[in-house]
Amino acid sequence: MGISRKLMTGDEAIARGAWEAGVKVAAAYPGTPATEILENLARYDEIYAEWSPNEKVAVEVAGNAAIAGVRAIASMKHVGLNVAADPLMTLSYTGIGRGFVIVSADDPGMHSSQNEQDNRYYAQFAKIPMLEPANSQEALEMVRDAFTLSEEYDTPVLIRVTTRVCHGKSPVTPGERIEQETKAFSRNTAKYVMIPGHARKRHVVVEERTLRLRELSEKSPYNRIIKGTGETGIITSGVASQYAMEVAPEADFLLLGMTNPIPSELIRKFAATVRKVYIIEELEPYLEDQIRALGIECIGKKVFPRCGELSPEIIRRGLTGKTPETVAIPKDIPIPARPPVLCPGCPHRGFFHIINKNKLFVTGDIGCYTLSVLPPLTSMDTCICMGASITGAIGFSKAFRDQPGKKAVAVLGDSTFLHSGLTGLMDTVYNKANVVTCVLDNRTTAMTGHQEHPGTGFTVKGEPTYSVKIADVARALGIQHIYEVDPYNLAETDAAVKSSLALDVPAVIVAKRACALKCKNVDFALSVVDQDQCKKCNACLKIGCPAIVKKGDVIMVDKGMCYGCGICRQVCPFGALIAVE
Amino acid sequence: MNETKNVIMVGVGGQGIILASELLSEAALLAGYDVRKSEVHGMAQRGGSVSSHVRFGEKVLSPLIELGQADIMLAFEKVESLRACEYLKRGATIIMNNLEIIPTTVSLGAGSYPSDVPGCLRELGFTVILVDAQNKAKEAGTSKAANVVLLASLASLLEIDKEIWMEVIRRRVPKKFLDINISAFNLGYDSLKA
Repeated sequence: MGISRKLMTGDEAIARGAWEAGVKVAAAYPGTPATEILENLARYDEIYAEWSPNEKVAVEVAGNAAIAGVRAIASMKHVGLNVAADPLMTLSYTGIGRGFVIVSADDPGMHSSQNEQDNRYYAQFAKIPMLEPANSQEALEMVRDAFTLSEEYDTPVLIRVTTRVCHGKSPVTPGERIEQETKAFSRNTAKYVMIPGHARKRHVVVEERTLRLRELSEKSPYNRIIKGTGETGIITSGVASQYAMEVAPEADFLLLGMTNPIPSELIRKFAATVRKVYIIEELEPYLEDQIRALGIECIGKKVFPRCGELSPEIIRRGLTGKTPETVAIPKDIPIPARPPVLCPGCPHRGFFHIINKNKLFVTGDIGCYTLSVLPPLTSMDTCICMGASITGAIGFSKAFRDQPGKKAVAVLGDSTFLHSGLTGLMDTVYNKANVVTCVLDNRTTAMTGHQEHPGTGFTVKGEPTYSVKIADVARALGIQHIYEVDPYNLAETDAAVKSSLALDVPAVIVAKRACALKCKNVDFALSVVDQDQCKKCNACLKIGCPAIVKKGDVIMVDKGMCYGCGICRQVCPFGALIAVE
Repeated sequence: MNETKNVIMVGVGGQGIILASELLSEAALLAGYDVRKSEVHGMAQRGGSVSSHVRFGEKVLSPLIELGQADIMLAFEKVESLRACEYLKRGATIIMNNLEIIPTTVSLGAGSYPSDVPGCLRELGFTVILVDAQNKAKEAGTSKAANVVLLASLASLLEIDKEIWMEVIRRRVPKKFLDINISAFNLGYDSLKA
């Protein structure tokens, strides 16, 4: 009956695998779908775990812990590896003391991301081995074994997972933790200090290592053949393999779990046993291009898409041309869109309402506040990557140099600011950019599930610690005009925005109010519509609060949803929204 | 049970769909099945559409249900059942909570809420079972247990022993809420059997 089996998400299994392998140090920055990896690692007493300010810090902390002699792990979403690419590339040259694993959790289909880059290329780029688990049991085993692999070949190891593995649940048989001895560190500058003279020699070592890893890939138990009828051969990796095996159970499969380097000989051998070879992989033709370069005819992106995530029906269509029989809703039945929205009581709502009133160019950033781009607020002009709000505003303001009266305002959250906003803010002062930076400080890293960060005053394990004050940072960087406001107070917020816009030097507005989801037991007066006063001007609907509902002609407040922030009461020009005690 | 059972749960972020799909997955595992579950975290609390796929059987690989393969849908909110009905087999059963949560797009006039969701789905050949989960849950002690009432309605149609469900609830629900949740479960379970 499987009493020892447990259902785990891929993220939980990754954490469990690392714990079983005796990991002592773990570092990460939140990011869907990787967030829960560190949250689970932090639950183990034997592991030092930290939310780092950003992924570069996380990889450097964990990587150096591994150099110092203990097994360490860093985890992040796909774009997070871009931030950490610098240490990744050179840690490949230095190698480590004890095992070092980096987990890249990609997001095909962009359930919660700004792009769907395929991070398998990072393994090739950095010349490090890569393992791709397809379910939770594989995630546990591959992560656990990756530390041994890391030590045997003196290299960081990339574990690459995707949303459906991270947030999917499947049965796992967990094991026990095996404590590891710390490897004594002693000075070895030729290995760890990458001046050109040393690095030239290390590059040669990396190339030799790659040849040995190719041999390993040919023998790896993670690369295996499942025999079928011999008609259709499918080479596949990751969660796509699970869809494919259900859609085409009669096919021959080469399941690849070690995907850098790929096992060329095994692939050749497999291709020779079947009539046709399909390559089924999400996103890029990473496997397909390499396999075609071996001279093997194969079908991949010709029939499977590059954009979006795969699914059983997409695979069936690619293999057979058939689409599944489904029941379609008649076109005259409306199905209204239901995108995610800012919660009732969200402090960002009030801030963006004021931004809209002042008609500005808004360079935005990544967090809950990005939702302000959607109707009805539609308050943002750009959103590219973490920290790009401040630097974007500098770019706009320098482009607008000859057009006075056009002003750009940067908007980002507290966690984003500490992640990669400091350098941008420094640039506004140092290079004299006339930019207003608005930090929406809701005291948490909200969108990913309310994690701590260097400004909250608590570590991931809940220990009190120093809390960085954003206004202090701004002052230290040379900002001379700092406004701290309560975004629930629209008049105060508007005054700060107008004053800062009138300056010709950079300024910072810190809008301080805790996230409504995190701060639940509040005693605020709820709002209600006085139908006699309501002129149905719809001004309250334009702030997009889900608690304000229009049924037919009547506007009302859902008292089960209302948080009591009072923003709608300040927005109504007719005093028709009032407080209820 | 011979074939894999495919259950899709849909609703709005914050309604407790993820907990319900957890309990179903645990129950299926305890009953000895192979289980796969998928959902998307992160957006769940921001009032957007949420769905979770739970599949159980002798051997299950894909965490996603293929379009047109879901045997049964548990809809925590009405219009969400329309949005996801492409996943259903012809003639499948939909257990639907008698609740409408109006999306902001409708309040803004950028869409309209369909007037008779159960009727529309019945006309398309589905079996629709409407459950007044909020009120039933109030009978048990709190409308917050609506998700458990709905889950119990689903449970009464699946081939997993009630004892297994009780065990899973005992393991997963905090002690202080246990009695209410068990009441809510019993109410939901028995109401369909009646």
